[in-house]
Amino acid sequence: MKNKEPLILAVVVFFSLVTYYLVEPYAHHVMHKHVESENFAYADLPAITKTGNAANGKELVMNAGCAGCHSIEKAGMPAPMDAVMAAQSYGVNPPDLSDAGAIYDAKFLADLIKNPAHALKVEHKYDAAQGKMHPMVPFYGMGGDMDQEVADMVAYLQSIAISPADVTPKIAFENACGRCHSVSYEKWTQVGSKPAFKHKKDELAFDIKVLEYQDSLKAYMGKLPPDLSMYIRSRNEQFISTLIENPQNHLAGTAMPRVGVTADTADKVIEYMKDAGDTKRHERESVGMNVMIYIVIFAIFALLWKKQVWRDLH
Amino acid sequence: MAHFTKATSVKDWLNQRLAIEKVEKVMASEYWIPKNINFLWAMGMVLVITFVLLLVSGIFLLMYYQPSVGMAFDSVNYTIMREVGFGWLWRHVHGVAASVVFLIIYIHMFTGIYYGSYKKGREMIWISGMLLFIAFSTEAFSGYMLPWGQMSYWAGMVITNLFSGGSLHADGLVEWIRGDYVPAQAFLTRFFMLHVLLVPIAIMGLIGLHFAALRIPHVNNQDGDEIDFEAESKKYLDGDKAGSKVMRFANDFMSKDMMVVGVYLVFFFYLVFYNYGFAMDPVNFDPADGLKTPAHIYPEWYFLWSYEILRPFNIDLGLALFGFAQVIFVFLPFLDRSPNSVPASRRGAFKYWFWGMLIVMIVLTAMGKLPPEGMFSTIGLVAAIIFIAMWIALPIITSLEKKL
Repeated sequence: MKNKEPLILAVVVFFSLVTYYLVEPYAHHVMHKHVESENFAYADLPAITKTGNAANGKELVMNAGCAGCHSIEKAGMPAPMDAVMAAQSYGVNPPDLSDAGAIYDAKFLADLIKNPAHALKVEHKYDAAQGKMHPMVPFYGMGGDMDQEVADMVAYLQSIAISPADVTPKIAFENACGRCHSVSYEKWTQVGSKPAFKHKKDELAFDIKVLEYQDSLKAYMGKLPPDLSMYIRSRNEQFISTLIENPQNHLAGTAMPRVGVTADTADKVIEYMKDAGDTKRHERESVGMNVMIYIVIFAIFALLWKKQVWRDLH
Repeated sequence: MAHFTKATSVKDWLNQRLAIEKVEKVMASEYWIPKNINFLWAMGMVLVITFVLLLVSGIFLLMYYQPSVGMAFDSVNYTIMREVGFGWLWRHVHGVAASVVFLIIYIHMFTGIYYGSYKKGREMIWISGMLLFIAFSTEAFSGYMLPWGQMSYWAGMVITNLFSGGSLHADGLVEWIRGDYVPAQAFLTRFFMLHVLLVPIAIMGLIGLHFAALRIPHVNNQDGDEIDFEAESKKYLDGDKAGSKVMRFANDFMSKDMMVVGVYLVFFFYLVFYNYGFAMDPVNFDPADGLKTPAHIYPEWYFLWSYEILRPFNIDLGLALFGFAQVIFVFLPFLDRSPNSVPASRRGAFKYWFWGMLIVMIVLTAMGKLPPEGMFSTIGLVAAIIFIAMWIALPIITSLEKKL
């Protein structure tokens, strides 16, 4: 009698794969809009045409009043007020600029200085013509060549920042996302890492600070931005990467600003999110390989056993 | 009292007290299996192995899972996934096995339908199998609730709403099932109990019944041959192993079972380590939020076909047809009026019925996941109507079948 088993196996595999394809890849394709990556080129922003001078940039940053809201810890400029009070004043705590030059794209920084709502892609929320100003005051120039002045300021920020190669996933995440998003699995709150407290009283005081900050943030953003602990699994990497690049591509009209990070920083942000939500990925890979080897050996022995037992049956 | 002699060995000592030799004969060495069966008959063993994987991984998960609405999500996604050594492995094994077990069940079911294994004295095998299917469905649904993710919560909401009976508006019944107006603590705790205690006990009992139902009619074979098991087994025991039409379960067929299990486990662990995502809906990694509905609500893939029978109709008709689809498979042995229990390929119109049923269920499965809009809802409606019509046609086309 002809052995029909290969044919039967092919039929079973065929129908299983058809079902899988329809339920997984095809259904996802229908239900989720595909967003192409823009490769973090920020092609809509004008190129920087001037060569910046960091020393001039330092002067400009001092004189333009940046430090009125932003701290630059590295340059010895502490925050004018604490995170909770800053959020009460501006909606969100203005970032420390120490490493901004390494985290953010230069073109983005230049445009941000001149026209925050445009660079951040939140013009639908902040329209100067309607009297709705973005909390960050645009830089109107110090009387010289505006483009040169902005290039100098960017050059200054780049000169004080750590080398982009030294940006860790944690630094990248905290700078780019951490003032709006908490990551409870990494004990990260919008006002900083939550330490281990000895006294319940101190812990409650910290929690109250977080809650107060979140109240301001909620009012500013319309709702509390989600905790990102499990986002690496609830959204995929491609989604997160393209969302960081331009939130409007995924969620038209969202209050989330374009973050303006470099491609390298975005990769590190994703790395941080994997550390939060997919901690055991390295262990999984090494254990997986060993288990697969073991199981293949088991299957080979099972096959040999079957051959031996069935020798007498035919 | 029975007469006991001094035992000559441990086995003899046990044999006098537990009749292990008799048990061994009945269960393994003289449990006769036809020779002309293919690897599809090993799906039973594959299911046993998968069930054991589910049970063992479930026990480990149970050590750390917290059945409370405030802690369930984090106990799974933080404690088990991050803090417990190899917790991620147990969870992925459990999640993947829960999905794969249904794939194997469906293959097992369609094997039975194709070869007519539910007929001629084998009705109880089929019925107990369908009861197992229902028990596994309950087990899967109750387990799906436990991590208290977004889709868990909303699937729980949608499925329990079905018990309102459409325009009967039996809202009291729905609240009684939930123990609250919406899925909340009482709901989670009782589904936890169902998942870890009551339904597993029922499943184990039903597995026993399913095995017992095989004992007298024996398993079917791929040619629909009627085998004289007594004569053939005598031939085997007299030494004509090659000439006999039957073989022992152990080690003869079991060695083939194990070979299939070996291949299956390669596939299974590939999924566990490298493609676990297919079994876990990403939406479920967002914590349950009763104030925010997901964009699309759908059940796990193995319930999609019956969900799609519910969806394209108005609620009352949909519920009635959904109920029909849930129970109709149980009656298959009685709806198939043909006296032939041979493979579908040798059976007239039933051949087309079989492949048609397979395809219509795959179409329903696909449409059940897709949003019910435009073309998809039309295809879903047509497929649901064809599904119902095919079951109505089954007794007619099979009674027209010639006796072989």
